[in-house]
Amino acid sequence: MAILIDKSTPIIVQGISGRIGMFHTEQAINYGANIVGGVTPGRGGETMLGKPVFNTVKGAVAETGAEASMVFVPPPFAADAIMEAADAGVRLAVCVTDGIPSQDMMKVKRYLRRYRAETRLRLVGPNCAGVISPGKSMMGIMPDHIYSEGRIGIVGRSGTLGYEAASQLKTLGLGVSTSVGIGGDPINGSSFRDILELFENDPETDAVLMIGEIGGPQEAEGARYWRENMKKPLAAYVAGLSAPKGRKMGHAGAIISAFGESAQEKVTLLQELGVTICPNPSSMGETVARMVGAEAMA
Amino acid sequence: MDIHEYQAKELLAGYGIPVPVGGLAYSPEQASYRAREIGGDRWVVKAQIHSGGRGEAGGVRICSSETEIQEAASDMLGRRLVTRQTDSRGKLVGRLYVEEATDIAQELYLGIVLDRASERIMLVASSAGGMEIEEIAVEEPDSLLRISIDPAAGLLEYQARELAFGLGLDSRLVNKLVKILMASYRAFRDLDATMVEINPLVVTGSDDLVALDAKMSFDDNALFRRPQISELRDRSQEDPRESAAADRGLAYVGLEGDIGCMINGAGLAMATMDMIKLAGGAPANFLDIGGGASPERVLKAFRVVLGDANVKVMLVNIFAGINRCDWVAEGVVQAFQKLDVQMPVIVRLSGTNVDEGRRIIAQSGLPIITAETLAEAAEKAVAARPTAEKAA
Repeated sequence: MAILIDKSTPIIVQGISGRIGMFHTEQAINYGANIVGGVTPGRGGETMLGKPVFNTVKGAVAETGAEASMVFVPPPFAADAIMEAADAGVRLAVCVTDGIPSQDMMKVKRYLRRYRAETRLRLVGPNCAGVISPGKSMMGIMPDHIYSEGRIGIVGRSGTLGYEAASQLKTLGLGVSTSVGIGGDPINGSSFRDILELFENDPETDAVLMIGEIGGPQEAEGARYWRENMKKPLAAYVAGLSAPKGRKMGHAGAIISAFGESAQEKVTLLQELGVTICPNPSSMGETVARMVGAEAMA
Repeated sequence: MDIHEYQAKELLAGYGIPVPVGGLAYSPEQASYRAREIGGDRWVVKAQIHSGGRGEAGGVRICSSETEIQEAASDMLGRRLVTRQTDSRGKLVGRLYVEEATDIAQELYLGIVLDRASERIMLVASSAGGMEIEEIAVEEPDSLLRISIDPAAGLLEYQARELAFGLGLDSRLVNKLVKILMASYRAFRDLDATMVEINPLVVTGSDDLVALDAKMSFDDNALFRRPQISELRDRSQEDPRESAAADRGLAYVGLEGDIGCMINGAGLAMATMDMIKLAGGAPANFLDIGGGASPERVLKAFRVVLGDANVKVMLVNIFAGINRCDWVAEGVVQAFQKLDVQMPVIVRLSGTNVDEGRRIIAQSGLPIITAETLAEAAEKAVAARPTAEKAA
């Protein structure tokens, strides 16, 4: 199995009846993801895209045995939907929704900790492109054709920059084991560190590319974890060299508000820890190729 | 979203936090009227702008007569105040706040922020008030006391009490401070704030605590459920380019360079700006057109970018996932037809429906410069700038 999902992982879609939810559910089905149903309160009993729809997540899990959920619920209700998934015994939720209030996310993260680690929901996102394990399954909104199967793990905040990386790798003949978007919000379900840990333990991944940006402490935390606990090589790019202090660059979390949060400060810190730095966003593919090549020579 | 000092004080007063008596003025006459209304013989006239550092920039003046107040008010009103936190253009002073002068015995710092490392609300206080928090962190780091607040339980009274004693306050003041801490936290939580700062929180000569200055920022993502906060928005404090873009549903940040950018996705937008900088140019803006952009949205984005007179070159960089290159291409072609585009335009398309998008650009017969990769697009944009600019 890839780090989070596999061909057989049974997936439900919360918010399947919405325009965006429906569109991406169809894409995922076409890619081969094992979508087993959907949840929209009040629409239980209907069939959408050939899948049964339920009123509650508990109902959907009881009938379909779902283990994972893709969340396309609008921002005012998304936190509630994630906590519903946690209480229904879902093990992985990927939340694509952009615009969830920070205090709602704080509540969600506190709520997830009611469960012991072995039964706890793992949340990826919100405000993310999702997860894809090429050739196996996907939960998210990425264009699947730009990924080829391979052994490089990608973890990044930005969706489009993740696409850029995957296509650069593909041009160089390198494929991806799994690509994870952890999202652009200040408070998110899985951090760089969380995903790096999964990649380190994944027999299908040889090296990892981390794509960070301005704002927050998670790139530094991830790099420290790598330095202390990982054997696989890590390359990184940090976006936002030209971003001014105190301005929010599109993502709610992309704002330089404290020391160590600018792109340059992060790059310096990562370099000191020994992470291979991609000098610019056009060289993510080459940098990884060179790093993997050097590793093979050693 | 940011609000003015007087608005923050009004909100905090509603939670029971003591603030000096004051009134809002839009003209010198109104300012002196406010002073009469307040009474006493010393007042402070404070420029209301969305920035700190007003004092040293001449935006705060102590006055002891109505003539002085009128003078201060006519000096400040209508001016753009440049502080060390604003850009070189500064912020327009359209409103003044007139307050009774406060007798200061001691200045404390109190701040509540969203701490991203612990993913909790964090309360920070220091006995070294009056300075910016960044200065306190450097000059008096040992004076900083912190409380991490459990989202399930909220701020506990014992935590507030511990902090009040920790600041070395007289026990008569401890209870007053505990009330202020609890109230500030409630305001932060109830109003979906991302920052509440009372600096300084003053101990007066008569042993009272008063919030002498106050700053609040709010979570944009929560404004849908805080209409009373949305109403406090003051558009005169925003970059007009950004207000216009926000009204069209576009995420835009104005910068000082000359290469206009139109990109999908925040990360790719930042990365493209990085590439421009590495190629020796400077971006005029950050602009994310978002997902599923229609030709109409692309046209709107063009209008916003071209609305900036500094823009000499336009760079469109799209890696389509949920976007469609053909829609973006159609939008670019429409922009040439409907707007007066007199500058070089570089377009790089990749991802969903890329062949169709490139065909539309090629068949349009328009003088569009195309690029295959991110690096090529940035280099061509920098090279396309007018020669005088390049020499500089």
